[in-house]
Amino acid sequence: MAEEVRAEMAANVWKVVAAEGDSVEDGDTLVILESMKMEIPVVAESAGTLTQLTVNEGDIVNEGDLIAVID
Amino acid sequence: MDKVLVANRGEIAVRLMRGCHDAGLACVAVYADQELEAPHVRFADEAFALGGTQPSDTYLAIGKLIDVARRAGADAVHPGYGFLAENADFAEAVVAARLTWIGPPAKAIRDLGDKTVARRLAAGVGAPLVPGLPEPARDVSEIRSFAADHGFPLLIKAAFGGGGRGMKVVRRPEELDQAFESAVRESTAAFGRGECFVERYLEEARHLETQCLADGTGKVVVLSTRDCSLQRRNQKLVEEAPAPFLTEEQEGRLYEASKAILAEAGYVNAGTCEFLLAPDGTLSFNEVNTRLQVEHPVTELVTGIDLVEQQLRIAAGTAVSFDPDGVSAEGHALELRVYAEDPKRFLPGPGRISVWEPPRGEGIRLDAGYGEGDIVTMHYDPLLAKLCVYGADRAQALDRARAAVRSFRIEGPKNNLPFFVELLDNPEFVAGSYDTGLVNRMRASRKSG
Repeated sequence: MAEEVRAEMAANVWKVVAAEGDSVEDGDTLVILESMKMEIPVVAESAGTLTQLTVNEGDIVNEGDLIAVID
Repeated sequence: MDKVLVANRGEIAVRLMRGCHDAGLACVAVYADQELEAPHVRFADEAFALGGTQPSDTYLAIGKLIDVARRAGADAVHPGYGFLAENADFAEAVVAARLTWIGPPAKAIRDLGDKTVARRLAAGVGAPLVPGLPEPARDVSEIRSFAADHGFPLLIKAAFGGGGRGMKVVRRPEELDQAFESAVRESTAAFGRGECFVERYLEEARHLETQCLADGTGKVVVLSTRDCSLQRRNQKLVEEAPAPFLTEEQEGRLYEASKAILAEAGYVNAGTCEFLLAPDGTLSFNEVNTRLQVEHPVTELVTGIDLVEQQLRIAAGTAVSFDPDGVSAEGHALELRVYAEDPKRFLPGPGRISVWEPPRGEGIRLDAGYGEGDIVTMHYDPLLAKLCVYGADRAQALDRARAAVRSFRIEGPKNNLPFFVELLDNPEFVAGSYDTGLVNRMRASRKSG
């Protein structure tokens, strides 16, 4: 079952660490968001392949926006 | 000294201005456009607009700050913490403008701000240190040979980092290339410098520190230890003074190393030496914070010494107000950093504060940057207030803290008070034997049931 990784708050996409096609494990950092002067890592909560990565560095995300899909 | 420009905002600006008033000095505030009605602006005797909304145009704009100091007729500048507090260029600009810099000499800021220089200095005075590269790594092969000599886990650290950022733990050789490459990239983006070095990583260590004052005559006094192991995302959430349950031997080593390091650095004024203490007793110097820190109140509470008062005195060339050979810590103090973050995932968010009911009780000190009606914006970090609690011993301090977090009411932005309610009953925390891994363990156990 696919895991949809979504933004949990409004933030800037500071760093994209993973790439589409990567094999990821539970706990791997996918992107690092910046909000209120702090870096907040967005991590995978399952193992699988990163089939979609829908953000780029510099994007602004809102709460609920899709960031990645892991299959 | 008659008038001090406080080059900062939020709770620390208010705290510093209180200190100025206590010392009979006038104080000047500066503010970004969106902070026209902020508490630190209301508190000051005079306030000057910096013109702009971003930190680079406001609280980081050296030229504008010096200009305000001149226009206001200020004769001294206090940089607070964060922003330009550890910027040697700012210290030099203040001095060049014939103003008094309330802090250490620019050279000490510059030397100790480079972590590899600080490490070499510490090693040179015989301070305890885990093995590490003495200079930034030129390429990953240097790190690989260090790993061959010293093993894993390793910590790749930004030489010019700070605030818990710019640190990567590497546990396996296969991770080295990627970790080094991204460490350099992230360090350049965050700090403007890509130099990274490597050290042995101490797992489940306690983060300990010493509050020091160098009085300008060459004498360095240690006022108290602090334990700052309770962290999330490598940033402090709770601090205690003194560090609980240290042996006399451990305390002695911390004191001696701190005094030697600061004396060697030609340090003047307030500063903090940070150390890590591993479960097996290994002690390692970490870095020096060349500024007054967020958590300074817990040392004030257990020593009865007002650190800002001493900073002002030392900067003015006056003697400190206490007997440097007679410092003793009595009782116990905790500081809880109340953040505009949710209490489970610690994710920040802004908002207008619709209710702010501070806690009441014995031994409570609240250093707040906001109040009812104020707006927490996206522009700054989410620190709402420092809830400090003093008790005759640690048990009483914990009891008073439990009552305080239950009676403190904040509505509007999310806040982490419920996390502290949970923490203050956590067995490891209550026993005083916790380390920097505790918050992760608390969250992991919550996740699994």
